[in-house]
Amino acid sequence: MEILYLLIPLSVVLVLAIIGLFWWALHAGQFDNIEREGERILHGD
Amino acid sequence: MSVAMAASRAGVYNDKVVRQFSIMAVVWGVVGMLVGVIIAAQLTWPELNLGIEWLSYGRLRPLHTNAVIFAFGGCALFATSYYVVQRTCHTRVISDKLAAFTFWGWQLVIVLAAITLPLGYTQGKEYAELEWPIDLLIAVVWVAYAVVFFGTVGIRKVRHIYVANWFFGAFILAVAMLHIVNSAALPVSMTKSYSAYAGVQDAMVQWWYGHNAVGFFLTAGFLGMMYYFIPKQAERPVYSYRLSIVHFWALIFTYMWAGPHHLHYTALPDWVQSIGMVFSLILLAPSWGGMINGIMTLSGAWHKLRDDPILRFLIVSLSFYGMSTFEGPMMSIKTVNALSHYTDWTVGHVHSGALGWVGLVSMGSLYFLIPRLFGQKKMYSVPAIELHFWTATIGIVLYIAAMWIAGVMQGLMWRAINPDGSLTYTFVESVKATFPFYVIRLLGGLLYLGGMCVMAWNVYMTARQGMRQGAIPEVRIPNAAPAHA
Repeated sequence: MEILYLLIPLSVVLVLAIIGLFWWALHAGQFDNIEREGERILHGD
Repeated sequence: MSVAMAASRAGVYNDKVVRQFSIMAVVWGVVGMLVGVIIAAQLTWPELNLGIEWLSYGRLRPLHTNAVIFAFGGCALFATSYYVVQRTCHTRVISDKLAAFTFWGWQLVIVLAAITLPLGYTQGKEYAELEWPIDLLIAVVWVAYAVVFFGTVGIRKVRHIYVANWFFGAFILAVAMLHIVNSAALPVSMTKSYSAYAGVQDAMVQWWYGHNAVGFFLTAGFLGMMYYFIPKQAERPVYSYRLSIVHFWALIFTYMWAGPHHLHYTALPDWVQSIGMVFSLILLAPSWGGMINGIMTLSGAWHKLRDDPILRFLIVSLSFYGMSTFEGPMMSIKTVNALSHYTDWTVGHVHSGALGWVGLVSMGSLYFLIPRLFGQKKMYSVPAIELHFWTATIGIVLYIAAMWIAGVMQGLMWRAINPDGSLTYTFVESVKATFPFYVIRLLGGLLYLGGMCVMAWNVYMTARQGMRQGAIPEVRIPNAAPAHA
């Protein structure tokens, strides 16, 4: 099952990327005031 | 281009590319579903292969799958993601030229598929049949798409990135990775290549791709669509914005591991199969999170479903989504899969998700978009939307019920043993027993195609009206607070 030598490292990299992205979102304030953000799209365009 | 033109362009959204993709989504929908009806007829009456190799089932089937997933579904995703990202970020797309390139590039991919697949050029990998030159083109178009989408998010004037854009973004990145890894091949001629992988290793990569194509192309992408167009059509915010974020992260993490459920009881190692089964079961939770969030957005406004067929498309799509994301995990259980694998139950499951979820949410979203893109208050004919809704829904129910019955019957017939241990039925007996269900399935598909044709007529009339009136709008981007880091 040598393909796992590709798939597992690839998946680990992916998981790290996902964690990194989440960390960025948290610290960039993406999750502040989220209920208001849900309503924002309903205000005119 | 003059400075004045450039300045005025900067203040309006680029809806031209959205219009282009929206129209082509409807066109390819009709084409893809027509091919589906043809191959359903061929399965019922094999004489319809007509002895012509370009019309044979084996060559038309991938044309059908590619057309409905990548041409119809793909154009709907391009149209809606470009519309949503611009409006939620309060900015025009970062590059009109690149966006236009993605449109023409994608249409070229589709046309090349329509030519090469009937000619028999195929890599033999499901939903990845296209040969290597087209794979390269797909990769180039997709990178351009990523640049346009993420670039536009990058220059946003609204600090918060609306949840739909997370789903679109995940879909774009995941598909890029999946396509490049699975399509890795050694070309030996312009029309022939060999997969970089072999045997059960190739099968694992193929179904890692295949299931993630479902999870990211057909699920995450369309959830992005859902999270914008349901609130907009219902004029209510998402039921729980918090839940939308939670289930997004859970979904994208879990989907990656479900692929092995396509390979139960094959040469794939048992422990890999078990991982696929367990993660597929876990996947039920984040999937239903999305379904509940979308449906409950109508909380306090259920009465709107009575009068608004567009909302009905969107909400009913979520019911089918919920059904499919329950059925899928059940079918991922090895014991259940031992019955369902290779039967028409799998086909029924696929089409419940494809016709029920992907189809209906696309149709609802396009019905929202088209009038606005052509400066109309509503579609040319609202009764026609109603008609479409009912023919589509009845078509879906006929299709999946027929396939459920056929599938379980096939599974039971194949495993039936006589007291002396010999098989009770020959394979051909199960084929014969399936015949009436293929007829019913064909009828269901015909209804679904018929509904799509009604939509095509309605879209044509709406667009024509808009163009005749010179009503195609240039939508100004509202002023918004400048983004800060």
